[in-house]
Amino acid sequence: MSEMIDKLQMYFQYPYVRYAMIVGLLIALCSSLLGVTLVMKRFSFIGDGLSHVAFGAMAVATITGVTNNMLIIMPVTIISAVLLLRTGSNTKIKGDAAVAMISVGALAVGYMMMNIAAQSGNKRMTSNVSADVCSTLFGSTSILTLSLTDVWVCVAMSVIVVAIFLIFYNKIFAVTFDENFAKATGVRSDMYNLLIAIVIAVIIVIAMNFVGSLLISALIIFPALSAMRIFKSFRSVIICSVVISLICAATGIIVSILVGTPVGSTIVSADICVFFIFTITSMVLKRGK
Amino acid sequence: MGALLKCENVSLGYEGDVVTKNLNFTVNSGDYLCIVGENGSGKSTLIKALLGLKPQLSGSITLCGEVGKNEIGYLPQQTVVQRDFPASVREIVQSGCMSRCGFRPFYNKEEKKLAHDMMHRLEIEPLAKRCYRELSGGQQQRVLLARALCAARKMILLDEPVTGLDPKATNEMYELIDSLNKKDGITVIMVSHDMNAAVKYASHILHVGRKQLFFGTKEDYLTSKTGQAFLAVMGGDDDE
Repeated sequence: MSEMIDKLQMYFQYPYVRYAMIVGLLIALCSSLLGVTLVMKRFSFIGDGLSHVAFGAMAVATITGVTNNMLIIMPVTIISAVLLLRTGSNTKIKGDAAVAMISVGALAVGYMMMNIAAQSGNKRMTSNVSADVCSTLFGSTSILTLSLTDVWVCVAMSVIVVAIFLIFYNKIFAVTFDENFAKATGVRSDMYNLLIAIVIAVIIVIAMNFVGSLLISALIIFPALSAMRIFKSFRSVIICSVVISLICAATGIIVSILVGTPVGSTIVSADICVFFIFTITSMVLKRGK
Repeated sequence: MGALLKCENVSLGYEGDVVTKNLNFTVNSGDYLCIVGENGSGKSTLIKALLGLKPQLSGSITLCGEVGKNEIGYLPQQTVVQRDFPASVREIVQSGCMSRCGFRPFYNKEEKKLAHDMMHRLEIEPLAKRCYRELSGGQQQRVLLARALCAARKMILLDEPVTGLDPKATNEMYELIDSLNKKDGITVIMVSHDMNAAVKYASHILHVGRKQLFFGTKEDYLTSKTGQAFLAVMGGDDDE
């Protein structure tokens, strides 16, 4: 045990390990906030679809060689979020079909682009394509690639996301619980739906470098689902899912440092464990009544 | 007694398909209007149009006098999402005050008190901290009614408020709505397929089919041909 603590202490002396911890916790915080809304509004798939879009955008950004990938990824993902939300209410292509279409399409185009770039001998891409793809999809195997700028971008984004959530907390609740009622009584629910979509897009883009685009949805959905097993009011569910998310992220990062597993999947595994623990607890609680 | 709501030559429908047309009626302050008609005759669509959730195909719906857009309460039919929503009763009732907030992010003292008063009025105060999904159907309807009342105390639109309730809860619900109308002077517009209740409580009846079949007071309706024919069919469904 003390050996492990020594090892951790040793690692935490390196700034990049500390950066990883900070970024990881911030991402966990942001992603858990909107989980309940996503689950209850049946938007879970939109989160998943958006992460694929972000992957495609990332591939395009890598090829074009923009200095900052965010410049392409962020707008593309936000625009897709808005479009996906619109198709939900527009009836030509049904919501889930549109999500499937866009997400798989983005994935295919993204992978193709990466391969083309590798073949044409682009210097940035001559290294192993499959390793590159793997790390974009599942997160980097090591978390030691974060620069100080990445950390600050992440901090700024997190502050914005948390502020928006707190300011619009009651409105988000009203729109999530009953959109028609909110609309009928004069709340501009379309605007808040748009806001929710944009915030989700932002969260996905921030989290992508860290846990990988395929695993982000897990980070958003799992804490909310776990919390909903036990807690009974909207506020307590959200507080609980934030706590779960933070604990799982911290555990995941520490384990991945000690054992050398990939960060993203380790965090998600921790989330899955918590989900099962909460499910069993809620079953026991119901029995006991 | 001024007019609160005026419908002139309204037609409703989905994407060009007209469901019902030529609706002409006026709702006055203090009225208890029941909208009846067969399934698919456009009753719920009419409610949505009155609330501005769905545009009418033609004609005009005017809110007049002292009722503003954000002063109407609405009791919708329950959605699947709500049945397992993790929220406490208090949170849901308070969300009815949302339109009073404007850009202010949190509820103020008056709004919290209003929510509390409404819970008291509907006798769900003891449930304030309970989880919505654990309540019975009747209790859930009361919670949604309390929320609707927070949104407005002048006019309330109810969309089949007793769907899924047992006979006892149904009666309690009707009595409650009736007392809101008679005692508190709230104008009620209710969609219902329960003819017995419509005839018992309402002051006015609007009967919609492919077009407007009847609009007038309950007394006139009972003697009209449409009313008698419809009552003969629908009234026999449940005898009380």
